[in-house]
Amino acid sequence: MSKPVALELKNVSKYFGSLAANKNVDLTVYRGEILAILGENGCGKTTLMNMIAGIYYPDSGSISVDGQEVVIRSPKDAFRHGIGMIHQHFKLVDLFTAAENIVLGVKNGQRYNIKEVNRKVQELADKYGFNVDPKKKIYEMSVSEKQTVEILKVLYRGADILILDEPSAVLTPQETDKLFDVLRRMREDGKSILIITHKLHEVLSISDRVAVLRKGEHIATVDTATTTASALTEMMVGKKVELNIKRPEPKNTCDRLEVQGLNMVDAEGIKVLDNISFTARAGEILGIAGIAGSGQRELLESIAGLCHPVTGKIIYHNPKTGESEDLRDKDPVAIRELGVRLSFVPEDRLGMGLVGNMDIVDNMMLRSYRKGHSIFVDRKKPGDLAKKIVEELEVATPSTKTPVRRLSGGNVQKVLVGREIAASPTVLMAAYPVRGLDINSSYTIYDLLTEQKEKGVSVIFVGEDLDVLVELCDRILVVCAGRITGILDGRNTTKEEIGLLMTKTETSAETEKKEVTDNENA
Amino acid sequence: MNPFLDYILTSIPLGMTFLYGCTGEILTEKAGHLNLGIPGIMCIGGACGCFALKLMNGTNIPPALIVIISILCAFIGGILMGAVYSFLTVTLKANQNVTGLAMTTFGVGTTKFIMNGMAGNGGTIYLYALDYFRFPFAESTNSLKYNGVMVYLALIIALVASFVLTRTRVGLHLRAVGENPATADAVGINVTMYKYVATCIGSGIAALGGLFYIMDYAGSYEAYKSIEALGWLAVALVIFTLWKPHISIVGSILFGMLYLAGSRIPTLLKIQLDISATPLLQMLPYVVTIIVLIVTSVSKKRENQPPAGLGLPYFREER
Repeated sequence: MSKPVALELKNVSKYFGSLAANKNVDLTVYRGEILAILGENGCGKTTLMNMIAGIYYPDSGSISVDGQEVVIRSPKDAFRHGIGMIHQHFKLVDLFTAAENIVLGVKNGQRYNIKEVNRKVQELADKYGFNVDPKKKIYEMSVSEKQTVEILKVLYRGADILILDEPSAVLTPQETDKLFDVLRRMREDGKSILIITHKLHEVLSISDRVAVLRKGEHIATVDTATTTASALTEMMVGKKVELNIKRPEPKNTCDRLEVQGLNMVDAEGIKVLDNISFTARAGEILGIAGIAGSGQRELLESIAGLCHPVTGKIIYHNPKTGESEDLRDKDPVAIRELGVRLSFVPEDRLGMGLVGNMDIVDNMMLRSYRKGHSIFVDRKKPGDLAKKIVEELEVATPSTKTPVRRLSGGNVQKVLVGREIAASPTVLMAAYPVRGLDINSSYTIYDLLTEQKEKGVSVIFVGEDLDVLVELCDRILVVCAGRITGILDGRNTTKEEIGLLMTKTETSAETEKKEVTDNENA
Repeated sequence: MNPFLDYILTSIPLGMTFLYGCTGEILTEKAGHLNLGIPGIMCIGGACGCFALKLMNGTNIPPALIVIISILCAFIGGILMGAVYSFLTVTLKANQNVTGLAMTTFGVGTTKFIMNGMAGNGGTIYLYALDYFRFPFAESTNSLKYNGVMVYLALIIALVASFVLTRTRVGLHLRAVGENPATADAVGINVTMYKYVATCIGSGIAALGGLFYIMDYAGSYEAYKSIEALGWLAVALVIFTLWKPHISIVGSILFGMLYLAGSRIPTLLKIQLDISATPLLQMLPYVVTIIVLIVTSVSKKRENQPPAGLGLPYFREER
């Protein structure tokens, strides 16, 4: 390639504790190109980019800009070398106008004059074809406008290497197309653009080259023109790893929870659940696979009665009475009063699952404080339960009186799962129950889930590690952007198949769009 | 003289007491810190200023300089209180409400100690300087000219604060710190420095209110005892003025009028009011504040809400 090298990473590694987030990564970015960084959740894409942007400092290796080795210790250092990052979560002051946000923190020695800033921002926006009003307040803006402000913020500071962290995650397909047009214009202007994504069709449509990361390692960088979606998926998911998780054949299965046509929109009016229908059976583990934020959280919270879908049914078949109840629009107390025994291990353990400042016994009582008719709470039974959980699950804690906050992640999770299982549920939902846990704790959790399955509980497991999903679950539901893209048999599927389904909807959205334009033309 | 004009003319200097406290508190709150220590800080300001005046009594220092030095002493007293508050809430991330209330208790108590000490030790000697706080051309007690030096100082400070907050880069950065410290941090603004400086300067400005009240408005030995109550009104005024120093100029005079309503309204309307009803009228400023709170909460206009980061300690994301 004849283009000059803009940025070069050599042997860059970063460790969090003993965990390698990035291992000996080499990466070269040229001037005037768009490089896509592709990989699954937790493969180290964002960590790598954060090191370039000065948020983390690499443990080893070197970074060079324009052939000169540089030290980037803070975002300010990164800006000095012309590197700017647009994060997934916008860092904007809601009450300020676009221009005020853009000029914030810029010290160029000139007198502060907002009119001058407005003019410059408008100029910059016109140059690249952004559609933005510098005087508009951020809180009045749509998500895509906010993103535009973030990009302008970086350009205003004179960046010529731009890093975008999953820019299309918050955009509609039309907005994404617009953004890509702008990015192409910037490429023509000689800027280097790194774009983090896990949407294959986007990679294929915008990038010049693709760098694939897997488990912190750089697998390969290939020219987009010479690769295919399936070749990239293969590089992304890698070879199958044997985990040897116990998976007994399901026995006596019967329908327990029937979800029919669930639809939900979030506060910004974006569809988060799109016509979700499936059946969870007693005595089996139903896995849910998907890119983070594809609607898993909303789905589980809808079933638990924590948020309310617009349309659809959640039918629960009560094994005791044989009756069926619709759980939609009922709050957790109402669900429990119906005799439905639902346990939920949420993603946010210390936020939704447990109270960090309370001890293990008190946390047990969160489930049982309604029992008994005295005005005094009964601490004896929860105390016994706490002791039982600490012993049986080998929770490492000084005593049951220790605030949960002081326990390690794995032990917190054991306490939470222990409590939920102790309620002898008929449906057990667990969202990312092994996130942040070491191998041994993870296996303890898998065994607990399998044990529940054998007891005839309907287990719903939301996971991110495809190897685990393939070995643990009896059936796997794949979601993408709030839709079900496939329900697979856990015993006869491959990681590649799941990986393709996880990124599927976007392409179908594009074909839909094509159909629309075709219809218009016709 | 027109009784209504007289009413307004008395309300202006009283309002300035509120204005000092209010401007100081606005600066602090714009940095995201709810400083409930304002009443105590105002007391300390009064005590420090008076103590300096006592020390300068009988020296050859010209009156103008005496005034300036005593104002500076009150300012420094406020800054010291602000520094303690900032250390606790910014560096140690202590709860702002608890710390602020502790500062008030401490300030009120210490002031009583200092003022009583001075009284027992040569009397109320600091009151000799009362006239120094007036302009030489102040003749009648019932005219605008009678307004002392510190009345104008309060107005100037409020206008400067308003200008800084809305028109300068420092003001933009300060508002960003109070609204969204994480964002401010990400663009390279020194959040801790801004919080410290805004809180300390704000406390210093508030402290001037105490000195002003003793040496200008009240001019009596007993005056320090009522500063705390006025300090709380200054905090309420911040809400009333929707965190805007230029509105607080009008707001403070209005609060002054409302505060004096108990004694003035009956004469103005020529009605006889039972003495026990006066406290009811004195509640007016608080009632008005509550009404403003209700109105702004209902309207939900983002510009009229308190700074989004108010009361929340800022932890830099350690990852």
